[in-house]
Amino acid sequence: MNKTVNQKAWFFVLPVLILVAFNALIPLMTVVNYSVQETFGNNAFFWSGLTWFQEILTSDRFHASLGRQLFFTFTILAIEVPLGVMIALAMPRKGIWVSVCLVLMAMPLLIPWNVVGAMWNIFGLPEIGLLGKTLNTLGFDYNYTRQPGDAWFTLILMDVWHWTSLVVLLAYAGLVSIPDDYYQAAKIDGASSWAVFRYIQLPKMKRVLTIAILLRFMDSFNIYTEPSVLTGGGPGNSTTLLSIDLVKIALGQFDLGPAAAMSLIYFLVILLTSWVFYAVMTRDEED
Amino acid sequence: MARITLSNLRHSYLDNPVSEDDWALKQLDINWEDGGAFALLGPSGCGKTTLLNLISGLLVPSQGDILFDGESVTNQTPEERHIAQVFQFPVVYDTMTVYDNLAFPLRNRKVSEDIIAQRVAEVAEMTDLTGMLNKRASGLTADGKQKISLGRGLVRTDVNAILFDEPLTVIDPHLKFQLRAKLKELHSRVSNTMIYVTHDQTEALTFADTVIVMNAGEVVQVGTPKDLFEKPAHTFVGHFIGSPGMNILPCNIDNGKAYLGSSQIKTDNRATKGVTNAEIGVRPEFVSFESKGLDVKITKVNDVGRFKIVEVDLMGHSVKLLMGEEQSIPAENAKIEFNPKFTRIYANSHLCEQER
Repeated sequence: MNKTVNQKAWFFVLPVLILVAFNALIPLMTVVNYSVQETFGNNAFFWSGLTWFQEILTSDRFHASLGRQLFFTFTILAIEVPLGVMIALAMPRKGIWVSVCLVLMAMPLLIPWNVVGAMWNIFGLPEIGLLGKTLNTLGFDYNYTRQPGDAWFTLILMDVWHWTSLVVLLAYAGLVSIPDDYYQAAKIDGASSWAVFRYIQLPKMKRVLTIAILLRFMDSFNIYTEPSVLTGGGPGNSTTLLSIDLVKIALGQFDLGPAAAMSLIYFLVILLTSWVFYAVMTRDEED
Repeated sequence: MARITLSNLRHSYLDNPVSEDDWALKQLDINWEDGGAFALLGPSGCGKTTLLNLISGLLVPSQGDILFDGESVTNQTPEERHIAQVFQFPVVYDTMTVYDNLAFPLRNRKVSEDIIAQRVAEVAEMTDLTGMLNKRASGLTADGKQKISLGRGLVRTDVNAILFDEPLTVIDPHLKFQLRAKLKELHSRVSNTMIYVTHDQTEALTFADTVIVMNAGEVVQVGTPKDLFEKPAHTFVGHFIGSPGMNILPCNIDNGKAYLGSSQIKTDNRATKGVTNAEIGVRPEFVSFESKGLDVKITKVNDVGRFKIVEVDLMGHSVKLLMGEEQSIPAENAKIEFNPKFTRIYANSHLCEQER
């Protein structure tokens, strides 16, 4: 088949190109620019090569926040994905309760992120918060502003509360798309409920779960607002995740070079991990 | 394998059915002999699928009993009834290979792998799946998938009956014919009881020895394809089966005999005393142009290839007749006659049973 070559077609992609340039490419290149230069103010910049990258990659501070970030992300994934699937399986498929459940599930997703942080901040206060006061009354020594363990507990609980719904809704969408015929055939084939889950429900949910895991991975790796409102990275540095650390360096200390280098490393880590995730999860799609 | 008896069976999807219309299935008494090929034929929404799901145990009837070989199975699960069912849309387990799909019902029943391998090979051979056993089932075409569904039914040795719920709906027309022939062949090979639900008369009439015609939740006739064609027990059957359907003309009854206007129509049966809403039913195949008979006006001629469908006006009613390609249509003063052997009187849509 002969393809007609028409260079004029490039004009049609121009608007999108300009849009993307202004909201992604140019800012990104600015960051790249900062990452290889040093400044002492007065808008004077000096070439510094890869020193910032070296500094970041060898700094204990970066390693620590990356470690905390990985711990946070994998913990919430390990909780939210199975829990979300379980809730989706338990939700009704027909009747008036469907919409009630869906609205209840969508609720946490609709709340602005800093409001979520503020809610849990107050909710967990040991003196007046419902959660904090209750736990202390029950005899637990709970204080998320002072004890790192409690801060982590609150942070993870908050994220599970906030985002499990997303997994639930996606998994539920996958579940309701399974025709009744499949369940009936499985009944006739004598399949156990585990076999129904393993061979019918899970394969049918696979695509949406891939999306859910990817979204949750990227979002939780980027998370800033809620932990920053809840703990501000404290007590000490115990809940300082990557993004909080980045903001501290960039806006707290105004170290543009290291901050830019860290942003790029951060970006590459997310890109690489997302790609690995995606490749692994869609690996056996092709025969 | 088993003889299936439906006794006094009724079903409603509502908790408290009040009116007659609330019942998806009204009062059924049918006896299906072991090893037969049966078809349930009827328009969409007539209760065919409901009946099938009742037999397989996916639904529990509101009333009545289902018996296999005289034993009630009404409250048993599909597994306990040993029923296989093939659905309208092919069901395959996507992540498994064709082999694993066929082995699935046996593995669930804890059959040993040696026997499974042997059974699967046998069934794969019957359903022409041998070459694809190691392929992923999700990669097959619709007819291939439907063969897997069918294979999962055949692979079990303990099945009492295999039920088909419009299994050829999603199959390409040129493969429909092949698959239908395959089913027929399989039936003669495994001699299982097979019940085939369809709204397509060709499928029903070619597959089954006995056809059960249903309409609005009721069985209107049970018979061989020949019976349904030549002696419909209900005007619905006359209309639903055959293409075009039976001519049905309102008539007057006098002393058990049928009259259209002032002319008497010879019929195969006599009207019972005091009938109302009497009608004459005669298939287009049994109406012909003759030198004498009823005066008609030709209104339409439709050439459909091997034959012509001629529509005529008989005292304000439209009558269709079939003619061979070579037969000629009278130019004027057309007269038609009905073949008395295949002309019958119906009252309130039911065939009057009294012979002439």
